[in-house]
Amino acid sequence: MRVALFVPCYVDLITPEVGVSVVRLLRKLGVEVIYPEGQTCCGQPAFNSGFFDEARSVARHFLDVFEGERFDYVVCPSGSCATMVSHYYPFLLEERPAERERAEAMGGRVRELSDFLVNVVGANAGDLGARYEGRAVFHTGCHGRRELGLLEEPRELLEGVEGLELVEWPNEELCCGFGGTFSVKMPDVSTAMADEKIKALEGSGADTLISGDSSCLMHLAGRLRRTGHDTRVLHLAQVLDPENGGGK
Amino acid sequence: METKKPPRQRDTRDRREEGIVSPVEGFNERGRKAAGDKALHDAIQLFTHKSVAGRNAVLNALPEAPELRERAYGIKQRTMANLDRYLEQMADAVEDRGGNVFFADDGEDVVRYIGELARRRGAKVITKSKSMATEEIELNHRLEEDYADLDLEIVETDLGEWIAQLAGDTPSHIVGPILHMNLERVTKILSGAAGENLPPNVQALAAFARKRLRQKFLTADVGITGANFGVAETGTIVTVTNEGNGRLVTSVPPVHVVVMGIEKLIPRFEDLSVFTRLLARSGTGQELTVYTNFVTGPRAEGELDGAEEFHLILMDNGRSKLLGTPFEEALYCIRCGACLNVCPVYRQTGGHAYGSTYSGPIGAVITPLLKGTDEAKDLPHASSLCGACWEACPVGIPLHDLLLKLRNHQVEEGLAGKGQKAAFKVFENTMKSPALYNISRKAGRLAQKPLLKDGSVKPVPGPTSGWTGSRDLPPLAKKSFRELWKEGI
Repeated sequence: MRVALFVPCYVDLITPEVGVSVVRLLRKLGVEVIYPEGQTCCGQPAFNSGFFDEARSVARHFLDVFEGERFDYVVCPSGSCATMVSHYYPFLLEERPAERERAEAMGGRVRELSDFLVNVVGANAGDLGARYEGRAVFHTGCHGRRELGLLEEPRELLEGVEGLELVEWPNEELCCGFGGTFSVKMPDVSTAMADEKIKALEGSGADTLISGDSSCLMHLAGRLRRTGHDTRVLHLAQVLDPENGGGK
Repeated sequence: METKKPPRQRDTRDRREEGIVSPVEGFNERGRKAAGDKALHDAIQLFTHKSVAGRNAVLNALPEAPELRERAYGIKQRTMANLDRYLEQMADAVEDRGGNVFFADDGEDVVRYIGELARRRGAKVITKSKSMATEEIELNHRLEEDYADLDLEIVETDLGEWIAQLAGDTPSHIVGPILHMNLERVTKILSGAAGENLPPNVQALAAFARKRLRQKFLTADVGITGANFGVAETGTIVTVTNEGNGRLVTSVPPVHVVVMGIEKLIPRFEDLSVFTRLLARSGTGQELTVYTNFVTGPRAEGELDGAEEFHLILMDNGRSKLLGTPFEEALYCIRCGACLNVCPVYRQTGGHAYGSTYSGPIGAVITPLLKGTDEAKDLPHASSLCGACWEACPVGIPLHDLLLKLRNHQVEEGLAGKGQKAAFKVFENTMKSPALYNISRKAGRLAQKPLLKDGSVKPVPGPTSGWTGSRDLPPLAKKSFRELWKEGI
C-alpha cells in the first residue's frame, strides 16, 4: 500500500508535528508514504469566500501535483480539506466535464485519516501501541461529520487508546465557529460559538480536547488560551502516535 | 483661547474594501449585541434545544423520514419546473369554485388589492392568522398607512404574533415569533393591552388573550391567512396551526383573503401527505399540528361554514426570477424553522440580528435573493457553512451550498470589494507556485518575529486583528512539515 500524503497548509506551516505523527502512524502500519512536494493549499479559503475562479486555479494545481504521482490513496489529516477535494472540486468544476472527471477521480481516492485507518487498513489503537493519560472529548469537524459521515471512526480509534477516557459532551454536533474566513469576517459571532463549545467542554470535566481537524483545534485552542484555560489540545494523529508521547 | 478639536469623523467606509480579514459590517455587529444579552441568549437556547430535541425524537421514530425527504425534494423540483402550469391549474380550480384569484407582482400589488377590497366591503376589523408572506411585505403597516382613511383595525390572532404586534416588534423566528421575549416582558405587554396588571402566569395571560381575541374574531369583516400549501389540482389552501385561530379567521368573517407565495404550490392532494408528515415534525417536534385546515373556495350551497367571498392572492415578490437559476432550490422551503433551530450562528444571535423578516440559514439565503443581491450583503457571510441546516432541512435544500453560491455571486457582481479581490489574487498566485509559497512562509516567519509573546502572535492592529481580538494566534512553526520531511522523518 502506497499513499500520497496531503498535508493541509496550516498543518504544514503551524502544526507540522501533526503531519509527522501521521507519517509515523502510517509507516508503523506498513504503509509506504510519499509526500508530493509541489503541494500547497487546497484552495478552500478562496472557495469559502466566493472566489471560485481563484479556487479553481488552486484546485488545478493540486490535481496537477497529485496526478503526477503513483499511489493507492491520498491521505489527509483533515476532514475539511479532504472534503474540499472530494466534494467541492467536482462542485467547482461542474460545468467543465473534462476537469470534473479529473476531480471526481481524485476525490474518490482521497481519505481522511481516521477513514483510512479504520476503513482501508483496518487498524486499531492497539496495533499502534497508543497510550494517553487523560480524560478527553472529541470534536468532529463539520465536513467530516456531514459531508464524509465519519462519526464512528475516530471514536473507535480513541476508545482503544490505553489510559484515555473518552467522555461525552453536550451539543457535540455544534460547529466550533471557525468556518474559515467566517472567523475573521464575523469575529464576534464566531467567538461566541467557540465559547459555547468551551462551556460544554468545562461541563464535561475533560482535560483534553481532540479533533481530526487542526483548523477547529486552532480556533478552540486560540479561545481557550485567551480565556486562561490550560486544556490540552491535540490532533487525533498525535494521540495515536506513541512517539509523540501524547503530544507536546 | 481654547480651541475645540473637531469631532472625530465617524468611520463609514465599507471595510470590506480593506481585505479578506476585515469584519463584515452589519450582521457581526448585531450578532455581538445579541450574543452579549444573557436573557436573550437563554431564551434562544431554551427554545432551540427544545425544538431540536422534539424534532429528533419524532423523526427518529419515523423510519420513512429519509425517503419522505427525497420525495419532498422531488415534488418541489417538479413543481418549480412546471410552475406556470400549476399556477394556472390552481387559479382555474379556485375560480371554478367561485373564488377570486389575483396575481400580485409585489407587495404593493397585494396591499392595493386588499385595501380596495376592504374599501368596497366597508371593512373595519381585519383578523389575521400567522403568515410570513404578509410579514415579508409588511402588510399591516402598509395597509394602515396607505389606507389610513379606512381606519382599519388589523389584528394578528396567533398569540405570539399578536404580542409582537402589541409591542410594535417583529417576529424573530419563523415558527416561534416571540421566542426572544420572556414571561416578564409578555406580562407587561398584555397588561398594557388589558389596562390592568395581569398575573405573570401563562394560564392567566392566555385566558386574557382568548377573551380579547374572541371579540375580534366575532366582529371581523375580513380574515387574512397565509398558506402552508396550495394544492393545484383542487385549488385547496392548507394552513396548519396549533391555536385554532386559523379556523376562526377563515370561517367567521364574510371575506377570506389568502396571501400565498407562488412557491407554496404542490401539484396533487396525495403530495400533501409527504409534506404534512415532515412539516410539524421538523418545526415543532409534533407528529401533526393541532389543526390542519383545508379551505377550497368560498362557502358553497348547503355548506355550513366558510366565507361568502374568497380571494387567493398569488404573490411573486421576487420568486419567479429564481426559477431555472442555481438558486431555485431556495424556493423549495416549507418554512418549518428547523434550520434556524439547529444553526449554531442563529443560536448565538437570534433572529433580529439578521435584520430581515426571514432569519437563520434560510433567511440568509432568501433575503438577498428576494430583495436583490446588492441588499443584505452581510447575510451570505452569516454562516460558518457547517451544514447543520442542510442536514435538518426536511426538503433537503443544500442551504450551505446556496450560501457559497451567493458569496460567489457577490464576487462576480463586483460586490465583494477590491481589497478582498486583490488579496485572493495574491492567494491564488502563491498557492499555484510552490516556490512562492515557500518564500511567503519564510517572509511570514521573519515578519512575526517581533510579535511573538508567550508562544502566540501578539494582538496588533492590522490584518490579523480580526482573529487576535478575541483569540490567541499560534505562530508559524520554526520548521514547516515540508522541511521536516526533507530532513527525514
